[in-house]
Amino acid sequence: MEYFLQLFFGGLSRGSIYALIALGYTMVYGIIELINFAHGEIYMIGAFMGLIVAGVLTAQGWPALSILVIALVVSVLYCAAYGYTVEKIAYKPLRGSQRLTPLISAIGMSILLQNYIMLAQTPDFLPFPRLIPDLAFMERFSNFLGTSDLFIIVTSLAVMVALTLFIKFTRMGKAMRATAQNRKMAMLVGVNVDQVISMTFMIGSSLAAVGGVLIASHVGQINFAIGFLAGIKAFTAAVLGGIGSIPGAVLGGLVLGWTESFATGYVSSDYEDVFAFLLLVLILIFRPAGLLGKQRAQKV
Amino acid sequence: MTAADIFRHLKKALAAAVWLAFLTLPIMVIRVDTVEKTVTWRWMHLAYMAAGSFVLALVWNIMLERRDRGQADKDQDGGEGASALARRLADPRLARPLMAFGLLAAAAFPWFFSMYQTNILVSAMIYVVLGLGLNITVGLAGLLDLGYVAFYAVGAYAYALLNYHFHLGFWTVLPLGGILGAFFGLLLGFPVLRLRGDYLAIVTLGFGQIIRLVLENWGEFSFGPSGIANISRPGLFGIPYSVEQATTYIYYIMLGLVLLTIFVTARLKDSRIGRAWLALREDEIACQAMGIDNTRAKLLAFALGATFASLMGVVFAAKTTFINPASFTFMESAMILAIVVLGGMGSVLGVILGALLLMLLPEYMRAFSEYRMLIFGATMVVIMVFRPQGLVRAKRKVYKINVETAG
Repeated sequence: MEYFLQLFFGGLSRGSIYALIALGYTMVYGIIELINFAHGEIYMIGAFMGLIVAGVLTAQGWPALSILVIALVVSVLYCAAYGYTVEKIAYKPLRGSQRLTPLISAIGMSILLQNYIMLAQTPDFLPFPRLIPDLAFMERFSNFLGTSDLFIIVTSLAVMVALTLFIKFTRMGKAMRATAQNRKMAMLVGVNVDQVISMTFMIGSSLAAVGGVLIASHVGQINFAIGFLAGIKAFTAAVLGGIGSIPGAVLGGLVLGWTESFATGYVSSDYEDVFAFLLLVLILIFRPAGLLGKQRAQKV
Repeated sequence: MTAADIFRHLKKALAAAVWLAFLTLPIMVIRVDTVEKTVTWRWMHLAYMAAGSFVLALVWNIMLERRDRGQADKDQDGGEGASALARRLADPRLARPLMAFGLLAAAAFPWFFSMYQTNILVSAMIYVVLGLGLNITVGLAGLLDLGYVAFYAVGAYAYALLNYHFHLGFWTVLPLGGILGAFFGLLLGFPVLRLRGDYLAIVTLGFGQIIRLVLENWGEFSFGPSGIANISRPGLFGIPYSVEQATTYIYYIMLGLVLLTIFVTARLKDSRIGRAWLALREDEIACQAMGIDNTRAKLLAFALGATFASLMGVVFAAKTTFINPASFTFMESAMILAIVVLGGMGSVLGVILGALLLMLLPEYMRAFSEYRMLIFGATMVVIMVFRPQGLVRAKRKVYKINVETAG
């Protein structure tokens, strides 16, 4: 039972991170129908920003928890700026071109960002300081639920609730939903579509940054290539839930997290990454619209 | 360009430079060591970054403005001609002697240059064929395959394993590898038939990763990450030869295969199935409405593309005599895609030029080898923004009907 709970919570915290990154994919796809291949790289940059802030502040002797908060804030702001810039450089000039053109540009951007980090920082794995302290009352549960797991679950939950409220009730959120439904109509009723798209990229990137800092502190090491695998898995989560759907991305992330956790726990740990890809291939073949997505007829 | 224009561009570029310098400040300037708790500040990097991005932003903005103006002009004219380079090369008076010269130079190459140079050219030629193979799937049929390297791995492992267990020779495995590649192409093709553009890209990416992960983890089958060594070189009627001669021998084998591939793909392009692929790429539903069997066209595109990749896998294994899963990563797929995109999707000449450029330039610019992938990525973005048709725009065959005799 304890082993089961351990896998359950492990899968939950892992799935929350996937969900955070998947939200960025799904929001961008919902609005401009583009798989933002560089999104995983934004997550990686988020982790690196966290590392740099943590490194500078630890050298000054700050306490761990305040470092975590500052690292999160700085990382979120910077990643939002990166998301904004990437969209302006690689996607905006391509609006209205053929479908594959922005996708290839996105792959190029992803390679560019990876190598930029590799050259500016290092190709090796870097140790990441533990920013999440162990809480005393958590000791009873420590057999199956660590403090950092709990922290990841709670933070992701809070972020997702905030996002849902933002999209449901604010003016910008309404504009986003309108643009996702029909971009031309939204333009006609006076929505500034360029602004909405920029905003979507910024929000998606900040969520990825939160995920990046949290997971880096949990795992304890990062390098320039972590974004690729995380990005693909988060994309799997987004597709699993139904791309374009926000609750779908969260559900997909959790399902993927649990699948990986239980499959590695009960079946085999060698093939951890294979399960995710297998799940992706199977979903796309049998239910391309995803768990919560709507099957849409293709118009001619 | 007026003075006001220049001033406006300078101002915009300055803003972009300040923004990019701010954006890259932490990553470029600060390096932390969390174990030793030390911080290194590298302020010089900020200056390089700002200066570099100023120049780049200036060029970028001017080019972008030009592009948009050019597009407006083109919309007015209503026509799009092949690029000047392609048009000049298509002229038979120039093309024939040029081709003959190229062939002669290629045939004489190993006699005049060192083994090292020959080896590099063999690698480049492998990529020419890979590019042409992927060009069938991506360029002609418009199916974006991001796991292309998986088929390359299939061929390489087919030869390595058959050679290890059953001592089969290169010439036996070469056709077998081709058939196996086609089989794997169909295997991937069948389930993804219903998927649209970008979903297809992701599934093929997943497929490529699965193949690599299985090769890495299934030790009893593939010998895991350590790979397979001592693969036999191609046989020459049982005549023994030295390593140096082997390079020359493989060079000629590759030259033959390149010519074969060029012949096949160039002929395919204007064939019935080639035209079906183009129709498929342009509009799937319209294509079906014209009575083209979509399923057959897609599967053929996958299978043919995979066959070429698999054939090259066999040659690659025979050339290096050692393979491991590290040679078949996503980056390899991305590189082959970059070749096709840079050269010009759908254009045979373009893909050949793209492969030679992307493979040979880094070899002769060793000083920049670290920046190779960075430049790759940037090139892909720049090409997509400014010249989505690639170096050489693919030319459609024009059919002329003589109205008087036909009527």
